[in-house]
Amino acid sequence: MTAAPAAMPAIRLRGIAKSFGPVRAIRDASLEVATGEIHALMGENGAGKSTLMRVLAGMYTPDGGTAEVEGTEVTGWQTADAIAAGVGMVHQHFMLVPTLTVAENLVLGQELMKGVTLDMAAAERAVRDLSERTGLRVDPTRKVSELNVGEAQRVEILKVLYRGARILVLDEPTAVLSPPEVQELWEVLRTLRANGGTVVLITHKLDEVVAISDTITVMRAGETVGRMATQGTTPADIARAMVGRDVSLAQREAGVRDSGGPAAALLEVRDLAVAGARRARAVDGISFTVSAGEIFGIAGVEGNGQTELIEALAGLAPLAGGSIRLGGRDVSTLDVRGRIDAGLSHIPEDRHRRGLVLDFSIAENLILGLQHRFSGAAQLDAPKIATNATSQVKTFDIRPPDSALPARALSGGNQQKVVVAREMGGERPVRVLLAAQPTRGVDVGAIEFIHARLRAARDAGSAVVLVSADLNEVLALSSRVAVMYGGKFVCVVPGSEATAALLGPYMTGAARGAA
Amino acid sequence: MRKLDEALLPPALALAIALVVGDLLILSFGQSPGAVFAMLLEGTWGNAYGLGQTLYKATTLIATGLAVAIPLRAGLFNIGAESQLAAGGFAAALMGLAIPASLPWPVAAALCTVAAVVGGGLVGAIPGALKARFGASEVIVTIMLNFIVLALLNWIVASHLHVPESLHTPEIHSGGVPRFADFSAVFRGSAANVTLVGAIGVAIGAWWFLFRTRAGYELRAAGLQAEAARTGGVRLPRVWLVTMTLGGALAGLGGVNYVLGYKHYYEEGFGSGAGFLGIAVALVGRNHPVGVIFAALLFATLSQGGLAVNAVVPKQMMDVLQAVVILAVAVCVPEVRRVLQDAARRAVMRGTAAS
Repeated sequence: MTAAPAAMPAIRLRGIAKSFGPVRAIRDASLEVATGEIHALMGENGAGKSTLMRVLAGMYTPDGGTAEVEGTEVTGWQTADAIAAGVGMVHQHFMLVPTLTVAENLVLGQELMKGVTLDMAAAERAVRDLSERTGLRVDPTRKVSELNVGEAQRVEILKVLYRGARILVLDEPTAVLSPPEVQELWEVLRTLRANGGTVVLITHKLDEVVAISDTITVMRAGETVGRMATQGTTPADIARAMVGRDVSLAQREAGVRDSGGPAAALLEVRDLAVAGARRARAVDGISFTVSAGEIFGIAGVEGNGQTELIEALAGLAPLAGGSIRLGGRDVSTLDVRGRIDAGLSHIPEDRHRRGLVLDFSIAENLILGLQHRFSGAAQLDAPKIATNATSQVKTFDIRPPDSALPARALSGGNQQKVVVAREMGGERPVRVLLAAQPTRGVDVGAIEFIHARLRAARDAGSAVVLVSADLNEVLALSSRVAVMYGGKFVCVVPGSEATAALLGPYMTGAARGAA
Repeated sequence: MRKLDEALLPPALALAIALVVGDLLILSFGQSPGAVFAMLLEGTWGNAYGLGQTLYKATTLIATGLAVAIPLRAGLFNIGAESQLAAGGFAAALMGLAIPASLPWPVAAALCTVAAVVGGGLVGAIPGALKARFGASEVIVTIMLNFIVLALLNWIVASHLHVPESLHTPEIHSGGVPRFADFSAVFRGSAANVTLVGAIGVAIGAWWFLFRTRAGYELRAAGLQAEAARTGGVRLPRVWLVTMTLGGALAGLGGVNYVLGYKHYYEEGFGSGAGFLGIAVALVGRNHPVGVIFAALLFATLSQGGLAVNAVVPKQMMDVLQAVVILAVAVCVPEVRRVLQDAARRAVMRGTAAS
């Protein structure tokens, strides 16, 4: 790795503009990143961070402006050029082939050959080597479809490094990671920096930026609005620059209520078991009760059965044992629609796969799951759907406010607002709300908003089940906290007693207790 | 009207490409392209008989095109329209033979049409049910059913129902529908009949079903993103069963055109590939019911036009043109076009940067 002269920045983007049809994603964005630094690119959803980085990575051709990498003019180059020049991007949504192994994914496009056949043994050795050097541990012979999200992300980073990237762009990398995994990632990034690598980190999490970055660039509404050294900057300063006003940062609420009151039990789960792909039991005999006016938070490292638990509760996965009662009624044998009708709302963890039909309009997405309430005997009630869309778009501040746009055209945060609006808004009576990773890949402003809606649902008498890989989120909102490990609850404590220090050992499996 | 542009541009481009290829082919036969195309148009849209034959062919293609297009909206590939069409025609002929001749024709025609819908629907329901129950691929099941159903029908007709020295059933007792020739003598000799009006009505009904009903909404959601649909309470197995049955029923309707509108009997091989051509019609019509109507007219024109120009160029040339249209549409869909445009813009930017 040859370091560029200090005066020459690794990346210099000036006056970049890019529109998609009538939508101007970025207007006048600039970014200057020095070689060998960790640079945080911050901004709200739809601020244009990802678009700007995709211009850098050669995925989009800018409508205006210039791009330089290591002193060379590269405006309008293509992905292949970017990879050849050592610029690698790790996307928020993974771009891996699920049916191939880790090693096969890594060498895809530059396969190692032995005569006319693939030399997979050499590929696996190369992956192990790289794995050791960077600290990104993952078994090269496993299939990608069997990995959890954290592991898949490690593969994504490895893939980029394998192609010789010296400039690494990470788009919201911690959105899917548990606190220990985040720490591991920071170690990896520091190692890269120590070896002369340059890192651009797209994020909106203030504490992370303070923890890891050297320099910060803030974007708002498609423009660069600030650049500062991390040292001497407070989270409040950054938040103000991102949103353009003062924001109340997520703090533990003084009035978090501990349960134990006489409130009605709305969700009763008994000895629930769900078969797993890798373990015999992904969910292994879990029992809990959530009452009206309570947020039950489930913390834990991803891949410990949280996904399967939520799917079983929602009716998407068959039960291997146990029962689920909703409002006193046994819903174990009901399908998804039956449970929706019984008052279940579900914010799925993966909005692209489960939460939205991306090619449907916003208006159509806002009735998904409620189509029976928006139609007569056969025909959809178009005026009612339109009225609903208009009011939901307004209430939840979905931007751009055009309900005829396909969901695909929205930024991640606005897509999530569509899901949240559908599951919690309107006239929908919510008895039990399943909120899985409700703020994943969502900006500060939207997080504040979604948290407020979750509290409002609780105060309105709903029972909320919150699953989040973000421990701070669980701690900030929950009346009770459970830690899930290996398909079981290893610890359940009142929200007022829960702290990161107490729960951490349970999350990593170091401590175990009876639930 | 960007949406309309996006819907119309690919077929228009495809036609233009087909025209160029056609010109080259005609030149290679030593003929003048202008004269041959003029001949083609004269033989299809230029006189009432040719128009009648074109409209007759288009009628069956609208039915089979919809039979492919609607399941495709649900993410299902129905390759079985050929046998569903045959089953529909056979069922209509059976009904026509079973009812007394004294029945007034509208009642008889309605009964025969219902039989065609049920016949085609049953053949479509088999892959739907197998997919819903066992997850069997509808592609493989419909392909295999084509062989099974066609062989079965041939056997029944050949061993029990045929008129001696022929491969067709006796004429139906009642239920024939009026031909255009009954209203206007200029259509004399052509097979066009009021089934065309019915087919257009059915296409409009299909549009309403897809875009205005709850079932259509669930069908489209299932096709675009099955997991999101499932999370939204859509019962996928039911959507598969209903959609495949509907597809089969639509193809079955195409049999009415031949049996009630034209020959008044079922004959082995009457579909002559219209079921398979339905796949092309759905593709070129972009799986939109209105698009299917126009695509059916286009393919009917090419098919009838082959006969009209047979004297100067081989009629197989039109088969080549149909294939070119299909390929060109596949290339011109918006996603592919965007990639090409991006590449072009990049090339232009490179050029300006270099100068």
